[in-house]
Amino acid sequence: MSEGLFSKKNIGLLGNPIGSNNPITVQVLGICSALAVTAQLKPAFVMALSVTVVVAFGNVIISLLRNTIPNRIRIIVQLVVIAALVIIVDQFLKAFVYDVSKQLSVFVGLIITNCILMGRLEAFALANKPWPSFLDGIGNGAGYGLILIIIAFFRELFGSGTLWGYRIIPESWYIANGGFYSNNGMMILPPMALITVGVIIWVQRSRNSKLQEK
Amino acid sequence: MKFIQKFFENTKPFVQKGAKYHWLHSTHDGLFTLFFVQKNTSKSGSHIHDFIDLKRTMGLVVLALIPALLMGMYNTGYQHFAAVGELASASFWQIFFYGFLRVMPFIMVSYIVGLGIEFVFAQLRGHEIQEGFLVSGILIPLIMPINTPLWMVAISTAFAVVFVKEVFGGTGMNIWNPALVARAFLFFAYPSQMSGDSVWVSLGGKQAVDGFSGATPMAQAAAGHANIDIWNSFIGLIPGSIGETSTLAILIGAAILIITGIGSWKIMLSTFAGGAAMGLLLNAFAGSNVYMALPFWEHFIIGGFAFGAVFMATDPVSGSQTEKGKWIYGFLIGVLAIMIRVVNPAYPEGMMLAILLMNTFAPLIDHYIVEGSIKKRLKQAKVNA
Repeated sequence: MSEGLFSKKNIGLLGNPIGSNNPITVQVLGICSALAVTAQLKPAFVMALSVTVVVAFGNVIISLLRNTIPNRIRIIVQLVVIAALVIIVDQFLKAFVYDVSKQLSVFVGLIITNCILMGRLEAFALANKPWPSFLDGIGNGAGYGLILIIIAFFRELFGSGTLWGYRIIPESWYIANGGFYSNNGMMILPPMALITVGVIIWVQRSRNSKLQEK
Repeated sequence: MKFIQKFFENTKPFVQKGAKYHWLHSTHDGLFTLFFVQKNTSKSGSHIHDFIDLKRTMGLVVLALIPALLMGMYNTGYQHFAAVGELASASFWQIFFYGFLRVMPFIMVSYIVGLGIEFVFAQLRGHEIQEGFLVSGILIPLIMPINTPLWMVAISTAFAVVFVKEVFGGTGMNIWNPALVARAFLFFAYPSQMSGDSVWVSLGGKQAVDGFSGATPMAQAAAGHANIDIWNSFIGLIPGSIGETSTLAILIGAAILIITGIGSWKIMLSTFAGGAAMGLLLNAFAGSNVYMALPFWEHFIIGGFAFGAVFMATDPVSGSQTEKGKWIYGFLIGVLAIMIRVVNPAYPEGMMLAILLMNTFAPLIDHYIVEGSIKKRLKQAKVNA
């Protein structure tokens, strides 16, 4: 055994994708689903969890198979693994959280086409042992999920006045009830999600000078 | 005025490089140049500067907007007293003063929020304060319905300044007209406050008279009642956004812009030409549709068409730069504005979206105009050789 389970390198695999190597804000992958499922917190959280599970176990399986996969058909093998995992996740969601599964509709199925998955399998799992691959998958899933939840937080709060379905902005504030406030309809629309992603990228780059392009 | 000049000159050493208050230098410079024309000249290369800098240019545009602003204030009061049935007993100054009190908060909010953000960004980035907001700050109130809550004006102004100007690099770098984006943001974010029949006339808490509708002439035309009061629409005594109702005041502004050479007459003319062309085309296919049968010149006096053509489309930053491009750009704005207005029932007014769309395409138009003239010159060069 050359290195421990939680050596510095392995912790880095877990932590980097959350911050300085984030799949959404730095690599700009998986943007489509980040725009589509973030109108509310709950579906965003479930989506984040689903992607994390798929990418983590996909990484492990590909990593285990990496020496036996013929190089020329590796993309198809990766797709089969991801598709199988996605179907399991989809069935699981349908069985236990049916309403959220309804809300996410096609986007669970579309995890198959999420660039983060192919990116991690191709770039990491094919060349690394199962344990680091697993950590890498968890890290990337968490990095993806973190951004999803930040976006969904702002979109649900300002777009619907609720968080996780619970009312935050009191009903009596609304114009219809004699108040002054009104929900921002833009927040529900995808363009505002894109702008929110932009703001997160802006904040991250202005704090981390290594990410700034010269 | 002498003491103001003295004040700025005396405080200048404190904001010089290395001095204690250097971090305030962009604020100092911004205010100094606002009050006084600078003596600075170019230090290298061959440049010709005339006396007019960006602040003076902006000042002239603001001047051109004053007639529309005053008329908007009067109309706000006029609509109010007409709606509550006290028009006959109200004096001219009562009417104007009511409108003045309702419109001033819009202008103050827009300037405080917009300039505040500009100052903060200028300080953070350590450059001069860019004065482009002087015009946007007055345009934003003029294109809002009078019943828009002030916090919405503040949010949309902030959105427009940060996401349309500052992220692209400040004044002169924006792709779209900031004032129009502020309105577009409100239009999509709070549609119930930006359209319909209840937002255009300030009732001021009083009960409206029986039979009062508050609908704009455009809404009535879209609903199939095309009995537009031409004289009132021309001088601006109709419900609408604050500054866009009076075609007369806008034409005075247009004259100022054209005489001083600040607004492009080509863009204005071609926008109206485009609107006329589309209006005639729709007339030809109108059938029993009242809105499509509306004569094109009635389109010009209702809604924001004239205001957009004169003050928004001619924005030198977001519009086309090449001379030929200006014709194409303006013409397409006119065509699209009338088309969206009449054919698409989801959007009551097309001017805003038409200008924003053509702002997006302006660099492309310019690109092909420039490429085309390069190709032409190359051909000539080859023939001569």
